Amino acid sequence: MADRLSPLAGFEGISDARLRVREIPFLRQTNVRVDPGRLPSSFPVRLPVSPGTWLSSGETDVLWLGPDEWLVIGDVDLPRSEDVAVTDVSAQRTTLLVAGPGARDLLAHGCAIDLHPSVFGPGRCAQTTLARAQVILIAREHDELWVLVRASFARYLAAWITDAAVDY
Amino acid sequence: MLLIPCPWCGPRDEAEFRYGGQAHVAYPGDPGALTDEEWAHYLFFRDNPKGPFEERWNHTSGCRRWFNLTRDTATNEIWPTTSAGARPGTGTVATGGGSR
Amino acid sequence: MTGRRAGYAGEVLRFTFDGRAYEGYRGDTLAAALLANGVRRVGTSVTLGRPRGVFGAWTEEPNAVVQIERPFPEPMVQATTIPLYEGLVASSVAGRGRLSPEPDPARYDATHAHCDVLVVGAGPAGLSAARAAARTGARVILADDRPSPGGGLPDTAETVDGRPGAEWALAVAAELEALPDVRVLCRTSVIGYYDHNYLVAVERRGEDAVTRERVWRIRARRVVLATGAHERPIAFAGNDLPGVMLASAARAYANRYGVLPGRRAVVFTTGDSAYDAAHDLAEAGVEIVEIADARKGGLVTGVAGGAEDQGVRAVVIGSREVEADLLLVSGGWNPLVNLFSQSGGELRYDETLTTFVPGHSAQAVEVAGAARGVFTLAGCLADGEAAGSGSPLPALPSEETGTRSQDLWVVPSDDYTSHFVDLQRDVTVADLQRATGAGLRSVEHIKRYTTAGTAHDQGKTSGVLTSAVVARLLGVGIAELGTTTFRAPYVPVSFAALAGRDRGALHDPVRVTATHDWHASHGALFENVGQWKRAWYYPRPGEDMEAAVLRECRAVRQATGAMDASTLGKIDVQGPDAAELLDRLYTNMMSTLKVGAIRYGLMCRPDGMVFDDGTVIRLAPDRFLVTTTTGNAAAVLDWMEEWLQTEWPDLRARCTSVTEQWATVAMAGPGSRDVLGGLAPELAVDVESFPFMTWRDTEVAGISARVCRISFSGELAYEINVSWWHGPALWKAILATGAVTPYGTETMHVLRAEKGYPIVGQDTDGTVTPADLGMDWIVSKKKADFIGRRSYARADTARPDRRHLVGLLPEDPEVLVPEGTQLVACDRLPEPPVPMLGYVTSSYRSAALGRTFALALVSGGRDRIGQRLYAPIGDALLPVTVTHHVLYDPEGTRRDG
Repeated sequence: MADRLSPLAGFEGISDARLRVREIPFLRQTNVRVDPGRLPSSFPVRLPVSPGTWLSSGETDVLWLGPDEWLVIGDVDLPRSEDVAVTDVSAQRTTLLVAGPGARDLLAHGCAIDLHPSVFGPGRCAQTTLARAQVILIAREHDELWVLVRASFARYLAAWITDAAVDY
Repeated sequence: MLLIPCPWCGPRDEAEFRYGGQAHVAYPGDPGALTDEEWAHYLFFRDNPKGPFEERWNHTSGCRRWFNLTRDTATNEIWPTTSAGARPGTGTVATGGGSR
Repeated sequence: MTGRRAGYAGEVLRFTFDGRAYEGYRGDTLAAALLANGVRRVGTSVTLGRPRGVFGAWTEEPNAVVQIERPFPEPMVQATTIPLYEGLVASSVAGRGRLSPEPDPARYDATHAHCDVLVVGAGPAGLSAARAAARTGARVILADDRPSPGGGLPDTAETVDGRPGAEWALAVAAELEALPDVRVLCRTSVIGYYDHNYLVAVERRGEDAVTRERVWRIRARRVVLATGAHERPIAFAGNDLPGVMLASAARAYANRYGVLPGRRAVVFTTGDSAYDAAHDLAEAGVEIVEIADARKGGLVTGVAGGAEDQGVRAVVIGSREVEADLLLVSGGWNPLVNLFSQSGGELRYDETLTTFVPGHSAQAVEVAGAARGVFTLAGCLADGEAAGSGSPLPALPSEETGTRSQDLWVVPSDDYTSHFVDLQRDVTVADLQRATGAGLRSVEHIKRYTTAGTAHDQGKTSGVLTSAVVARLLGVGIAELGTTTFRAPYVPVSFAALAGRDRGALHDPVRVTATHDWHASHGALFENVGQWKRAWYYPRPGEDMEAAVLRECRAVRQATGAMDASTLGKIDVQGPDAAELLDRLYTNMMSTLKVGAIRYGLMCRPDGMVFDDGTVIRLAPDRFLVTTTTGNAAAVLDWMEEWLQTEWPDLRARCTSVTEQWATVAMAGPGSRDVLGGLAPELAVDVESFPFMTWRDTEVAGISARVCRISFSGELAYEINVSWWHGPALWKAILATGAVTPYGTETMHVLRAEKGYPIVGQDTDGTVTPADLGMDWIVSKKKADFIGRRSYARADTARPDRRHLVGLLPEDPEVLVPEGTQLVACDRLPEPPVPMLGYVTSSYRSAALGRTFALALVSGGRDRIGQRLYAPIGDALLPVTVTHHVLYDPEGTRRDG
C-alpha cells in the first residue's frame, strides 16, 4: 500500500504550559445511522441516546450526532443491515487535540456554545462551528478536548488556532 | 443573534441554523390533480403575519434535524411548538410529515 | 486658566498635541492632560468653525474629538476617553478624521462568553449587583468602559463603608476577580443589546497588549444595566465656548485627575447636584463666584469670550456680567437608557426627574441605580444589591420625597442662533425652529433634517434636549413626542475590532484538496470555487493562461490528462428505500440502475428549475453513491434530509456525506485506458469488460480504489477514487507514468462546453428547466411524480420564447465574447429599451474547434439556430451565429477511445 498523508501532515502544533495542540491522524471513524428502536441487539457497540454525549464502548468511543446518527471512533467492524446504515468516514475528518488550562478559552474565541466545564464537561460532545468551520467537539477530560474537522477545512482551522493561540 | 431552541441539541446561536420558512405547507398528495393556480399557491404563496408565526428551522451546523417553532415576528419571542411529528418521550418537537 | 491642582503628582508621560510637546500623568485622559497644560481649545466645530473646548469628562463628550497620529492613525477619538500613554501624538480635527493608508499592524479578535448575570457598569450599583449575584453562586460578568472600577464614584469625593470611593471599588472588584466564575472586564464598552439577551462588548486591551481590542459576544441569562447617567446641558447663548463645561465633568477633573478646569467659576444649575460639584471645586482651589440656580430665577443669558482660544472671559447672569473663566452647567440628568431601549424595553418620561427612565422590559433585564433615576449613593448600592440577587428593586423617589429639579431646557432669548443643542453637529435652537417651521413634526424627521444627534457621539448630550426643545416648539408634551431610537453601537467601534481575526488569510475558510501542495509546487494557479481552491491551470515557463489552457485541452483530446476532482460533493445513500428516494428527487429513473452501473442525473426544485446535477452510482441494491457539483455538496445533502425528515419520514433511507472520504482524479483522453491498465494490472480495461457508465473496485498504483467510467469531456475517461489520505500518492503515481498532463478547471470548462454540457450555476441561474437546456430526455415520463414534475405542465414552462441553451460562433473566430454579454437581434441599437434576447453564459477559445465559441441562454434559442445575433461589446455590435449547443463530436464517437 502506498504512503498515506494526513490532512495536517507538517502541522507543527503547539506545545507549552497553557496550551497543547496537535493532530491525531488516521483515526478509524464510522458513521452509523439507525432508528434507535430498530437497533439489532447483536450490534457490537452501545449507542448513547442522550443528545450531546459520548461514551466508551470497549476499544471504541461512540458519539451522539443526532437522534438517528452516531460516530464510532475506533477499530471495529460494524455490520450494515436493512435498518442500520454504516459508512466509513475515517478520512472525512481529522482530529485535533486541544489541551491545557487555556484550551477552553482558546476555543471560545471561535465557538459560540458554552464550553464551561459545568456545561460541557467530560462525556459531552457537540456538533457546532469553530471559527468558520463545522466541527465536532469532544470533551475528553477537564483540560483536554478533541476537535474533529473536515479534511478540507483542517489547514484553515489549524491556522486559525495557531493565530488565536498567540494570546495563550 | 437569536437563540434558537433545537429540540435535540438545546439552545444554539441562530448562525447554526437554516431558516425554512412557514411550517405546515405540505407537499400536495397528488400534484397532478392541482390546477395551475393551486400549484402556484403551493410554490409561491406564504403567510407574512406581524405576530406569532409557526415556522421551520434546520440545525444545519448541529444535528441536522428539522423542527418547528413559533416566533413572534415583531419581538422575536420564541415558543417551542407541539405539532405533528413530536417524538415521544423527548418533550420536544421535530417536524413530521405535512410540515414542509 | 486651567491647570493642575496643587500638590498633585504622578508618573510623567510625554505626549504631543497639535505639534506641541506636553507632559501629563499616568491615569490622565488626553483631555485631562490637555486641561492640566492650560489647553482650552481642543477643536473646531464642523459647520460653523467655532472654537470648542472640553465639555465632558467621559463618553458624553461632543467637542474634544481628536485624530490620533501615533502609534497608529485613528480618526475621531474622544480625548476624554483616551488613556494617556507615553509617546501619544494627537491633533485636533474639524469634523472628520483621517484613516491610515497603511495596514493596521495591531491584532484584534473576538470571543464568546456565557453567564448567568451580566452586569453592565461597575459603579456603585453595578459593583454591588455583581457582588450580590456572585454570592448566589452565579456565573457573573461585570463589564465597564472605564480603566478601573468605580464608575462615576471617583469623580466625587464620596466614601463607601468609610473608604474613598475608588478604594472601595477596587476592593470589591478584587473580591469578585478572586472568584472562579466571575469575570471583571474593564475598558470594555457594551455597545449593543440584541435579541435573547445577546450583548456585544468591545474591550480595549491597550497599546501594549498582544491583542489591541477584543469583541465579546455575551449570552446572559439575566442582565443588570447599571450604566449610570449623563448630566445634560442647557441651551443658552454662547453655550459652546471653551470654558463652558458640564458641572459633573468639572467635578471629575478636580477629583479624579487633580485638574482644575478654571480658576473662577460660575455655576448654572436646575438642581442640587451642581452644589456638590461647586463644593468639590472650591475644595480643590477653584473660586466659585456665583451660583445661578434656575429654581431661584438665576438664568445665564450669555457668555463673553476672550481671545479666540481662551474661551469664557465673563458670564452674563440676567443682565449682569460676572468675570469668570469657567461656567459649570447642570440641566439635570439623563439616565443611560440606551442599552435598555435597544433590548426592546419601553421608556417612560418621569415628571419628577424630568427625564426618560426605563419602563416595561422586553427581556430578562433589570436596570439599577442612576440608569433608572436613583441618584443617591445609598440608593444605588441598595438598587444593585437587589438587582444582583434577583430581589424586587426599591421604589423610586416620588415627587414628595425626591428633590425636584427645575424643568428648564432653553434660556429665553430673542436670538437662538448660538443656543447650541448639539455641539458636535453645530445644531442650535434656531435650527430646530426652522425644522418645525418647515412643518416637521416627528423627532426622527427633525433629527435627519437638522442632523441633531447624528454625530458620532450619537446625541449623548443633545438627544433628550432636542426632544424637549422640539416638544416646546410644537406645544406638545415631551412624553408624547418621545426620543429618537437608541441604536447600537453605544460608542464608536473600529471596523478592525469588528473584523477581528476574520481578515487576511483567515477572512474565510480556504478548503484544499489532499493534493493541493502538489498543484501549488507545480505552478498551478488556483480558482476559487465556493471556499475551495481548485487548480485552475498549470502554466509552463513562457505560457500565458490562453496558451496553457489550449495546451492542456489538446493533451486531453489527443493524449491523456488528469485533473483533481476531489471537490465534487459525495453522498452515501443507504437503505431499502434508497432507490425510491432518488427516484423522487431526480428527474430521471434511478431505481432501474443496475448494481455496478452509473447514471447521470438532474435534480430540480418543485418550481421545475434545475438545482443540481451529478452522477449516481449503484453500489448495492440498497446503496448508492451520489455526486453533486462542488458548490452544492452541502445544499444537496440538506435537500435530501429535508424531504426525508419533513415529507417522507416513512422512507427507510439514510444519507451521509463522504465528500472528503474520497480523493478523486479524473483521467481523460484517448490514452487514458493504457495508463489505467498499466497502473491497475488486475483491472480488465477493455471496452467490453469495462463499459461506459460502469464502475469497478480494484487497486490503482497499489491503492485500494473505485474506478468509474464516466466522462465530462466526451473523451474516454475515468474517475479514480481513493481514500483522501491516499490522494497525493495516487496523483503522483499517475503523473509518474510520464504519459499524463495535469489540467485544471479552466480546461475542464472548455472541454465540457465544447460538448455542450452545462455547468449548474454558470449556464443555469435558477430560472432554467431541463427542457431549456435541451435535456428533455432526462425528464422521466414514466414516474408518477418527482420533485419539479408538476411545474412542467405550467403554462410558463411551456412558453416557446423561454431561454434555451444554445451555442454561439462569433463570425470573427478570434473574437472572445465576454461571459455575461447581452444578445440583441438588431445590427444597430435602437433607442432604449432595447429588446434583449438573452446572454452569454460560457465563452472560450477552443483548440479542438480552432476558434472561439460560446454557450448562451437565448429566448426561443433552438428556433434561432443558424440566425445571426449581435453582441454589444463596447461601442461595437459583434455578429454571432446561433448553433446547436453541442459543437464537438456530436455523434459521441470518442467516448470509448
